[in-house]
Amino acid sequence: MLFKLSLKNIKKSFKDYAIYFLTLVLGVAIFYMFNSLDSQEAMLQVSSSTRTLIQLMISMLNWISVFIAIVLGLLIVYANNFLINRRKKEFGIYMTLGMGKRQISKILLLETIFVGIISLAVGLILGIFASQFMSVLVAKLFEADMTEFTFVFSEAAFWKTCLYFAVMYIAVMIFNTFTISRYKLIDLLTAIKKNEKIRMKNPVICVIVFLIAVVMLIYAYYKVTVGANTLTTADKLIPIILIGIVATVLIFWSLSGFILKIVQTNKKLYLKDTNMFILRQLHNKINTTVASMSVICLMLFMTITILSSSLSLRNTMQRDLLEMTPVDINLYKTSNLPDNGEYTNVQIEDSKKTVQETLIENGFDINNFKDTVEIPIYATNELCWKDTLASVYDEVKLQFPMLQYDTAETIVKISDYNKIAKIYGQSQYELNDNEYIMLCDFDSMKTLRDRAIKNDGTITINGKEYISKYDECKSGYIMMSTSHINTGILLVPDSCDLTDDMKEQSFLAANYNATTDEEKNNIESIFVNKDLDLLSTLEEKGIELDGVTKISIIESSVGIATIVVFIAIYLGIIFLIASSAILALKQLTESSDNKQRYTILRKIGVDEKMINKSLFMQIGLFFLMPLILAIIHSIFGIQFAIILMSGLASKEELLPSIIVTIIIIGVVYGLYFMATYLGSKNIIKEER
Amino acid sequence: MEKILEVRNIEKYYGNKSNLTKAIDNISFDIEKGEFVGIMGASGSGKTTLLNCISTIDRVTAGKIIINGNDITKLRGNNLNKFRREELGFIFQDFNLLDTLTAYENIALALTIQKLNHKDIDAKVKDIAKKLGITDILNKYPYQVSGGQKQRVASARAIITNPKLILADEPTGALDSKSARQLLESFETLNKNLKATILMVTHDSFTASYANRILFIKDGKIFNELVKGEDTRKQFFEKIIEIQTLLGGELGDVI
Repeated sequence: MLFKLSLKNIKKSFKDYAIYFLTLVLGVAIFYMFNSLDSQEAMLQVSSSTRTLIQLMISMLNWISVFIAIVLGLLIVYANNFLINRRKKEFGIYMTLGMGKRQISKILLLETIFVGIISLAVGLILGIFASQFMSVLVAKLFEADMTEFTFVFSEAAFWKTCLYFAVMYIAVMIFNTFTISRYKLIDLLTAIKKNEKIRMKNPVICVIVFLIAVVMLIYAYYKVTVGANTLTTADKLIPIILIGIVATVLIFWSLSGFILKIVQTNKKLYLKDTNMFILRQLHNKINTTVASMSVICLMLFMTITILSSSLSLRNTMQRDLLEMTPVDINLYKTSNLPDNGEYTNVQIEDSKKTVQETLIENGFDINNFKDTVEIPIYATNELCWKDTLASVYDEVKLQFPMLQYDTAETIVKISDYNKIAKIYGQSQYELNDNEYIMLCDFDSMKTLRDRAIKNDGTITINGKEYISKYDECKSGYIMMSTSHINTGILLVPDSCDLTDDMKEQSFLAANYNATTDEEKNNIESIFVNKDLDLLSTLEEKGIELDGVTKISIIESSVGIATIVVFIAIYLGIIFLIASSAILALKQLTESSDNKQRYTILRKIGVDEKMINKSLFMQIGLFFLMPLILAIIHSIFGIQFAIILMSGLASKEELLPSIIVTIIIIGVVYGLYFMATYLGSKNIIKEER
Repeated sequence: MEKILEVRNIEKYYGNKSNLTKAIDNISFDIEKGEFVGIMGASGSGKTTLLNCISTIDRVTAGKIIINGNDITKLRGNNLNKFRREELGFIFQDFNLLDTLTAYENIALALTIQKLNHKDIDAKVKDIAKKLGITDILNKYPYQVSGGQKQRVASARAIITNPKLILADEPTGALDSKSARQLLESFETLNKNLKATILMVTHDSFTASYANRILFIKDGKIFNELVKGEDTRKQFFEKIIEIQTLLGGELGDVI
């Protein structure tokens, strides 16, 4: 009997369930998609270094999935609560007929199970198909070649999704039982009659508050764009964020009153069709929705900013990498290993040789390289960070107590550096006998060094004083890397007295003597594949030869960027679903309250077309307002994100990312809008 | 005199073959321009069904209803909405004012949905408010004014479109006696000064006594008709009471 009743209930209130169902299905589908990433065909095709990154990504996604599950769980409870509220009267009638609360809970339990199973099934099917498209995306992002298409099904993700959602549904059931047990019969029966009080705000106050909020927003916008350079630490940024949040809340508090006041002054617009009804509805309802509107707006803002800036970050990183990797390979090894028993004789002997000598000795055909340059790199305990930063040391130490001030400075002779700069295609320098140049391109370190140089840039090497040629650090690097992370290289004149025992490293930069990608990969494998001769011989002898190659840098940084993109998309879409669903449910609740008002409109002769139009406008405005403000926020937010990522993302790369973001938001948001409109239309429909 | 409403042999059945209820059983009557007609009857007598059929909210099973020369039983869809909007005015027992709109806006809404010019709307609203004595409360919300004032706002909304016929369904049903009297006086003003034709459904004898002519309905049929003529309202009221007594039950009904 209860079984039949609950099945019929679902059929009957299917349109009410539409939003709930949509949210569940999308949630399940996205959950499955992102958790099935590891078994994607594309993932199996990518190279081994990327593979480790993917492992990292998957473990991150696992943690994020827990967070997502909590968000979805709360959302489901909220949506479910809406459904119970809609049906209070129905439960009241059951109770007057003598049904106990326990039995009502059972009906709800069965309903939750039905809806849960159906949505899980539909969501999984959708997810399995959508993940096929996702694998194409993965292949493109990780630059794996997908020559043949295979259908992917991840059993692990399947069971994981089932498990997580089962837990969520159980939470909903417990919540339902709890809610029902608190209800009193009289409240259930009179639930519909309870209406929220009409409170109207003074439009004049609204206009004033609105203007204040706009000024606050402009200030915050100004701070994060023009004044972004002053926002170096978190405690400076937090007040700006708070101002932004408060301004957002105030805008939603005052917006409807402001619009009302503005439109009222234009009688032609105000006294047209049902315009004043729509505006009044908005003005009345927005009072109770200030909080949710603000949250939704901020969520949308995060979605837009995260999606567009992460997509653009990746594109830019890929482009910048080519500039960051001017040659195919860097190799280096430590010189002058001390004879203190810690190292073998072979190691100590070898440490006196150059990289090239070591390579040749161990059977490497040096003709594989061209444009080879090898230079010695010096360091001495006489000249550490605390010495070069001496003039600002006390102050800096307070600010950054964690820095390793005992780190010896890297010293390179100017003629050696110029050799490297020449094959890297960077500017070469000249020095007088008493001058030095500091190369540094890691931003926070550069700030410190610049201050030190401006204060008193004098340094001492072997008793001779040198002064900085320029009043700031110059940019440049010796070792290739994914980004600008050179914390400091000291260029000194060739005449500088650098003794042989100060030699720290021997550093080699070269291009592969190859033209095609395949040839390059063959040479690369000599340095990557541990089973080949060179690496195995070196390992046997215990000789440590380190290095970076262009190919590996590109692979790993593309991988990192892609992880960021994936996580951003995952979070972004879930935020989007959550905010759309809350907005939709809010609107549906209101449509039930509005039912009576629309009945009155019908009675005084407004035809269905106009009623539908005003309903459309009303819901449309509710959906548009947070979106528009979120878009305005994002315009500035994305700019700040670009500054924050210190030029890693550029404006030119933004446009395609923004287009992708708009499509994603348009589809999800649009779906919820349509579901809300159709649902509301159904609610206000006249019963005959 | 010009006939505004002609009701010809209308019937309205509810239910199916096995269980048929005749809510209206062959009713015919006319209303002329400028008349104030009351329809009285106990609950279940069919008076609200009759009003619903005339107001195009419900459809008749048989017969014709001609308002200002149009047979409304033949109208469909948007024509019906247009007709209702332009030719009829409604006053309901529970006011049916929109709680989110001010009195001014509630009245103006009836005109904006007819797509009138905004300058005319403003002038018309102020004019009608003056006639019904609600100028002071125009900027107030329904919850801020009394029941009588609400009903006068509703009357203003009904009359402002210059309808051919105003239909009032128990207009005093939710009012105290003082407010009811004020409202009925404003109905008289509408009827006499603005030449409005009013059809009012009520079960209250005092309310009915403000009409010029009363139709009594019982079991879906016209049971009696009473014309005020030259009587004072007091005399008319007494006649109504007499008929009500008759209407309450015939001797044969008592066993």
